[in-house]
Amino acid sequence: MNTAAAASVSAPAVASARGPTRSARRAGGIRVCGLRGDALECRSLRISQAAVRRAVVARAAENGVAGSGGFDYDLVIIGAGVGGHGAALHAVEEGLKTAIIEGDIVGGTCVNRGCVPSKALLAVSGRMRELHDDHHMKSLGLQVSSPGYDRQAVADHANNLASKIRSNLTNSMKALGVDILTGFGTIVGKQKVRYGKVGFPDKEITARNIIIATGSVPFVPKGIEVDGKTVFTSDHALKLESVPDWIAIVGSGYIGLEFSDVYTALGSEVTFVEALDQLMPGFDPEIAKLAQRVLINPRKIDYHTGVFASKITPAKDGKPVLIELIDAKTKDHKETLEVDAALIATGRAPFTKGLGLENINVVTQRGFIPVDERMQVMDADGNVVPNLYCIGDANGKLMLAHAASAQGISVVEQISGRDHILNHLSIPAACFTHPEISMVGLTEPQAREKAGKEGFEISVVKTSFKANTKALAENEGDGIAKLIYRPDTGEILGVHILGLHAADLIHEASNAIALGTRVQDIKYAVHAHPTLSEVLDELFKAAKLQPREELKHKPKPSRPPPQPLLKVLTFITSLLSTQKQNRQPYFTEEPLTNLRKGSSH
Amino acid sequence: MAGLLHLQSAALLSPASLLRRRGVAPGQGGRRRRACRVEAKIREIFMPALSSTMTEGKIVSWTAAEGDRLAKGDPVVVVESDKADMDVETFHDGFLAAVLVPAGESAPVGSAIALLVESEEEIPAAQSKAASFSSSSSAPPPPQETAAQAATPPPPPPPPPVPVAVSAPAPPSPATHGGARVVASPYARKLAKDLKVDLFAITGSGPGGRIVAKDVEAAAAAAPKKTTPVPAARPNVPLGSTMPFTTIQGAVSKNMVESLTVPTFRVGYTFTTDALDALYKKIKGKGVTMTALLAKAAAMALVQHPVVNSSCRDGKSFTYNSSINIAVAVVIDGGLITPVLPDADKIDIYSLSRKWKELVDKARAKQLQPHEYNSGTFTISNLGMFGVDRFDAILPPGTGAIMAVGASQLTLVGTKDGRIGIKNQMQVNVTADHRVIYGADLAAFLQTLSKIIEDPKNLTF
Repeated sequence: MNTAAAASVSAPAVASARGPTRSARRAGGIRVCGLRGDALECRSLRISQAAVRRAVVARAAENGVAGSGGFDYDLVIIGAGVGGHGAALHAVEEGLKTAIIEGDIVGGTCVNRGCVPSKALLAVSGRMRELHDDHHMKSLGLQVSSPGYDRQAVADHANNLASKIRSNLTNSMKALGVDILTGFGTIVGKQKVRYGKVGFPDKEITARNIIIATGSVPFVPKGIEVDGKTVFTSDHALKLESVPDWIAIVGSGYIGLEFSDVYTALGSEVTFVEALDQLMPGFDPEIAKLAQRVLINPRKIDYHTGVFASKITPAKDGKPVLIELIDAKTKDHKETLEVDAALIATGRAPFTKGLGLENINVVTQRGFIPVDERMQVMDADGNVVPNLYCIGDANGKLMLAHAASAQGISVVEQISGRDHILNHLSIPAACFTHPEISMVGLTEPQAREKAGKEGFEISVVKTSFKANTKALAENEGDGIAKLIYRPDTGEILGVHILGLHAADLIHEASNAIALGTRVQDIKYAVHAHPTLSEVLDELFKAAKLQPREELKHKPKPSRPPPQPLLKVLTFITSLLSTQKQNRQPYFTEEPLTNLRKGSSH
Repeated sequence: MAGLLHLQSAALLSPASLLRRRGVAPGQGGRRRRACRVEAKIREIFMPALSSTMTEGKIVSWTAAEGDRLAKGDPVVVVESDKADMDVETFHDGFLAAVLVPAGESAPVGSAIALLVESEEEIPAAQSKAASFSSSSSAPPPPQETAAQAATPPPPPPPPPVPVAVSAPAPPSPATHGGARVVASPYARKLAKDLKVDLFAITGSGPGGRIVAKDVEAAAAAAPKKTTPVPAARPNVPLGSTMPFTTIQGAVSKNMVESLTVPTFRVGYTFTTDALDALYKKIKGKGVTMTALLAKAAAMALVQHPVVNSSCRDGKSFTYNSSINIAVAVVIDGGLITPVLPDADKIDIYSLSRKWKELVDKARAKQLQPHEYNSGTFTISNLGMFGVDRFDAILPPGTGAIMAVGASQLTLVGTKDGRIGIKNQMQVNVTADHRVIYGADLAAFLQTLSKIIEDPKNLTF
């Protein structure tokens, strides 16, 4: 770091002329989807923060000067989605000369075809839901007569939001002087990238380090014919070109669930097709059950579980969309659905073709690029490929925008000379239905399995939104928060919330996990009254630890924060990789990644 | 649990909101549902009512197995209500002899879901009893030693599915359909289940013959009509005997004779009600009734025609009434009464509908106060629901006019451009006191009213 700083000391004069200062950049609102992933290292960071900041102001103003070795860049990032963006910003902050290659449009899936536009649609659906809920309105003393909506205006809102966030993202990188190179990037050799039109990469650059951040595309199982009009993926659905009377949603993970919220609010009826025996398979079972009661049963939704959609034919010649359902186990034909439209929400597949991985002896696993816990790419022989990293959906570790960004920052930390490992278990995930669902860490069955293997006990406590003043004031008492923890050490293993603004509430828990804060400490933190945050306050206060005397007799596991977390990480990684191998060709959303793929925001 | 029962919030928690976990401290047992019988040796465990809205519960799982020894307070079964899952615990020591409703199935609140005995020897007896339950769940249990059961009869048999009148002569039972498919939208399916309508008996009107929600609603609405003629065929009256007037009949009689002193005349009018019907359909879910809509429309028209809202009592003078109070004739228990919607022009349609419901309930319970039935300034009498297309009403003394409303019916009409069209039309006939209200007054009033009814958007403000 010191060397990096020294390299750019000569720059300040140029800096002020060239670009805005760090604080100006901050005000630009660029942290759209990102998350600072410094959690584990925060202590060491904090010590030197003031000094670092001063240095950074100077360095950040200019996009570094290429380090020694005669490379064109210190860092080249392939893919300008949220992951690449997060990495680029942090790299400039660290004084690295950075370029980002984008073949499509800046912002990637999250900004253009994912979290961002879907939040615009969900904002509309939330309001429609409220306005249509006579009982709710009446109990608040409000009278509203028959609310309606203009489909095109709703669609425009989503599109405008995406454009706005995209230009914010682009500007934030331009302002810092990140070189935005247009074209598809291909790795042609060690530390060497070519880019240009697809198939004609005519420009070549060298880079000391390369990050692959190419993201993912919607996964469409075979047998399903997508026409973009009556059978479509989330890419098309977000344009809201139509609101069908009856739409089948294939896959009941978070993507399907969010769209069911949008469509039912706008007047559609929905049929879920789910390959597993339970709806919402990625969620904690108790949360899934309650979610079914709150988000599915009272709405105009029915469902078929334990079935594959083996064949889907788009509507044509006056015939409706036909969906052939077969039993997930026996493969027997079960039923044919006739609906007006079908949304394929069966997960996302990595977008890693044409990257030239064969040039460096890297073999993808079902498209995913294998990486180690430091996001370093592994070659076919299991060895680390030096100076090559892969972050975000392309590595499949945790398909969430903010996870990609955190991984990118973690990589930049490493190439700046500070070892950094991201604790994936501290990364929250959220589903923006009404009410919202959020989670961090392990589900109860995962925690029980881990507890069984490692020989400790777990406890579970729950609090209800019905007991929260603010929730009741809003007349939104549906929901629970659930804490899974170790009664012997007070370690927080997982927190799951279903209820009003759950996505905003989860961060107290995810920060606690990231910082290693234990239940016995966080329970004394004060929460403003009356706020929804008190749901978590009550949750932490409800947790009972084993009495000290009892603990003395027990072998007390010593617990410096990072190590157990790493174990958990390894455990999850192994869990994921085994599941991936067993993955049905059809259902790509396995528990855990299912909910989290590309979720939000 | 401790968190759930946090003191400051405990009062806010309805029982349904408590998310229970197994094995909570005994001290909190008092808040749990006890669902056991006390009197008999073979005790029945009932499906408890876990929330005020719960009508049936689903057994999530049996915590105890048949033959298990249970201590007072042990959880026996987890029940899923419409709101949450809850543990149900036993109130007595004993053995779980027989499970009557297996996990995954539902049972109505109050029905027996398991049998509990005091000693192991009684288990076979209880199990044979259980067999009788399952063979004929609707038959009363054998009397044996459980005499106390008479107090709480076994669950009523599930109501038989209401057969729905459709073109098919005799709708075959679903079982015979075997592989036949019914294409019905998710909401239509939900409604069919709630309204107990057989989807196989409905012809869909949606795209490709799909059954949609309105088909189910129409079928459900049509169903009760079929059953009404049976009881209506022979009213239960003592034929051939002379009955003295009841108080209410006496009052009606007196008023009717008195009305002969008033010189009345009648003016009829036909309204097109397509727009009104559409509005009604849209807001009836919010509790709005046709009666309230008509009362509101009449009140709004009366604002512009105060003379029709006036009354003449002594034959020498008349009063422009200061408020518009719409009386609506209803038949109650053989009598006739006219609950009054006061200031119907000023109150919004939703409040008016609520007020009307309240008045009808009070009238049924014979709790109407005098000012609630004799302060009307204009009366509506509606026989449209019986299919009556037009009739003639007698003017209640002390008021200026009464409007007789017939049914809204599909009618072949000549349209303005000289074509033939079909519209919903309703005939009304107003009887008025000619001492104060003249033909032109009524005609102008009816014209205003027809404008309001044919463009009813102002009825909802």
